[in-house]
Amino acid sequence: MSRKLILAAATAAVVSVGGALVASADPVDEELVIDGEIPMVIRTKAPEGHPFDEVLSGWLFRTPETRSLEEDTFTNPGMLYVERGEEIWNTVEGEAGKSCASCHGDAAETMAGVAAAYPKWDADAERPINVELQIDKCRENNMKAEPYKFDAPEQRALTTFLKHQSLGKPVQVDLSQGDMQSWWDQGKEVYYTRTGQLNLSCASCHEENNGKYIRADHLSQGNVNGFPTYRLKQGNMVLLHSRFRGCIRDTRAEFPAPFSDELMALEVYTTWRGTGLSVETPAVRQ
Amino acid sequence: MATPKPRVKVPKSASAGEVITIKTLISHNMESGQRKDKDGNVIPRQIINKFSCEFNGKPVFGCDIAPAISANPYFEFSAKVMESGSFTFTWVDDNGETYSHEQAIEVK
Repeated sequence: MSRKLILAAATAAVVSVGGALVASADPVDEELVIDGEIPMVIRTKAPEGHPFDEVLSGWLFRTPETRSLEEDTFTNPGMLYVERGEEIWNTVEGEAGKSCASCHGDAAETMAGVAAAYPKWDADAERPINVELQIDKCRENNMKAEPYKFDAPEQRALTTFLKHQSLGKPVQVDLSQGDMQSWWDQGKEVYYTRTGQLNLSCASCHEENNGKYIRADHLSQGNVNGFPTYRLKQGNMVLLHSRFRGCIRDTRAEFPAPFSDELMALEVYTTWRGTGLSVETPAVRQ
Repeated sequence: MATPKPRVKVPKSASAGEVITIKTLISHNMESGQRKDKDGNVIPRQIINKFSCEFNGKPVFGCDIAPAISANPYFEFSAKVMESGSFTFTWVDDNGETYSHEQAIEVK
């Protein structure tokens, strides 16, 4: 009986000390090594001009069970999509009678580290291009095939496969190409603009409150180095632009079209915020 | 997902009497039979309903699987190995297909 009372008093004390309705919990201090072989950079010094001193991977904010799923490629459900992506890589499609492999050969060699530098400047389209759009561009121009419909299972699998070829490589966007700098500026504006009925910006959660809980969800810094990401909630691979839309929807705002100027700018900016973190694709998240 | 594809992780070698950990996973939708399509018709159930593992013909592990098991079922179990041989893994699909996989182990 008395023990119960003491417990109740202790709980009350915690609530009153906390004051606000958020509980605080720091990210864990652990190392991520995939299959005991590939060490991942999951915390690193932030690039110049970044609001933080240190950037942290979302892996550090997840539960032990979720973290362990990513540590072993056998248990990582995202690896099934990597395998599916490899099949697509080798499948002939379109009028030109080519597969990705017809031109690019073995992805493990030709694509190693490539996706870590995306989004990059596309001089033809005069806007930044991400891996999904690069695949579409190749399909249209070289394979004479239809571009993928947004979020098609094949688009998710092939994007995951390509990003996975950069596993462990540091994220590095080159802002000196073309007009990348102005897209970065535009992306920064999107990041800090409050939207929706809840009047939240990306920064409201991921900059000002990361490490705290928003209801049952442990807020991360919102770095995008693990995308496409396997989310347990969907039981599926989630593309970055789907995730953007999910976040924006949660602020109860109208969401922009995938690959629109707004979201491409946001991709340039958020990717830059995670500069130096390892590509974790397929990362496993809640 | 395309054709179900089994994946198995067994150590290549072990010492006699050692207890080893076996991990298995098969890519499969595990359609529960509870869902409906856009027109309101029930999507027929199609799941993996049985899984078994044998070592040199003797049963090691087996189970029946129900619709509540999630997609891409994953099983992890342990086995004590006394001699070299091979593990046979078998998954039975509702559509009558069986998928199997064999993996050898050397016992020193």
